[in-house]
Amino acid sequence: MPTLEPPGGAMVPRRFRITQKRRETPDTYTFAMAPVDHPGSGTATTGFQPGQFSMLYLFGYGEVPISISGDPANTAALVYTVRAVGSVTHAFAALEPGDMVGVRGPFGSAWPLAQAEGKDVLLVAGGLGLAPLRSVIHSVLANRDRYRRLFILYGSRNPEAFLFADQLSQWHARADITCEATVDYAGTGWTGRVGVITELVRRADFTPDQAIAFVCGPEMMMRVTVEELKKRGVADRNIHLSLERSMKCAIGHCGHCQFGPVFVCKDGPILRYDRMQTHFGVTGL
Amino acid sequence: METHQLEDVIARDPFFHGLPKTFCRTIAGCGQHARFEKDEVLYRQGDPADVFHVIRHGHVALELLAAGKPHIYQTLHDGDILNAAWVVPPYRCHSNARAVETTVTIAFDAACLREKCDADHDLGYDLMKRFVPVVVGRLNSARLQATDVYGAGSAG
Repeated sequence: MPTLEPPGGAMVPRRFRITQKRRETPDTYTFAMAPVDHPGSGTATTGFQPGQFSMLYLFGYGEVPISISGDPANTAALVYTVRAVGSVTHAFAALEPGDMVGVRGPFGSAWPLAQAEGKDVLLVAGGLGLAPLRSVIHSVLANRDRYRRLFILYGSRNPEAFLFADQLSQWHARADITCEATVDYAGTGWTGRVGVITELVRRADFTPDQAIAFVCGPEMMMRVTVEELKKRGVADRNIHLSLERSMKCAIGHCGHCQFGPVFVCKDGPILRYDRMQTHFGVTGL
Repeated sequence: METHQLEDVIARDPFFHGLPKTFCRTIAGCGQHARFEKDEVLYRQGDPADVFHVIRHGHVALELLAAGKPHIYQTLHDGDILNAAWVVPPYRCHSNARAVETTVTIAFDAACLREKCDADHDLGYDLMKRFVPVVVGRLNSARLQATDVYGAGSAG
């Protein structure tokens, strides 16, 4: 899959028009966007690898790094899931189909899918962390026979905060996927699990020495998940995390996203745990 | 079920893995099989913690009142321990426990077991080594849930 270098270089946004908007939760929306300047040019404008992110420019407000949450096989549009947490993303949430957005990228490293072939694949997501992993799920399902068991383990604040709720139900119903979700709390009408994500990891029926884990979510969630994976016997080299820092230029020049020896925008966001474990969880980094 | 059969079930249960046979026999004398139907309440907050359960199969919701409404703060499943309050004075249940689906347990008479633990400290120490990690694990989980890591301000 080619990494795109847009006309004018990586610092120049390309124009995309929003074609679809879907409300996931009260503060989170998924947008599909099609290129304006080179429509129909396929992967040349919409290609990406699962795990990569783009810089989305909301004209008049600013730019934010957002992971791509769509199907890599879909060359008609790029798909992003945005939670309204700051001024730019709040304005983003108000966009509608037809509105224009600037897109730079995709940037950064990808989930190592080739390395996952022949292994049990554990996708452990917390909150909005399911978005960057959804592209992986699409890819694995498109080539299901290349992988052993697939586990989708998802933690959320409550049932109302579930991302991609319809798809979670579909994945849960499939015989070739173990898809489990847990929430931090729920009303008494909830018949699913309540508790921390580590419980799902502890109970999952995978083979530790033949497993690879992709983990994405809030940093504290990733820390406890890594501890549980290690307790289960998954090797550090087979644990991959998606890190989030303050990405600005997205090409490793500005230094805003430096994390110890790496720039998260360029060397990450997907990083192997054993390569950054000494910095992971360090206060202030 | 006969005591000697329950003793075998206890010996095979992962929670009691490695417990000496004599101890399995001793605690089997305080246990019995129990079954709870969907929505049946196993105990309520404030009740005496005179029974604890090892869930053999099922799904139990632990509920607390928050702002006048019950909320589920934890669910327990196959292999989990229900009602660890039996080891801590004043031996009162800390929440409501409700079966979300048909649930089968080994139910232990806590007062009976406390007496046996007091009479045989080796048994008591072995059981405490099994229960303390359960209590600490739940404390850690509660801390994590209290931090609200997926809360509204989280981009993750």
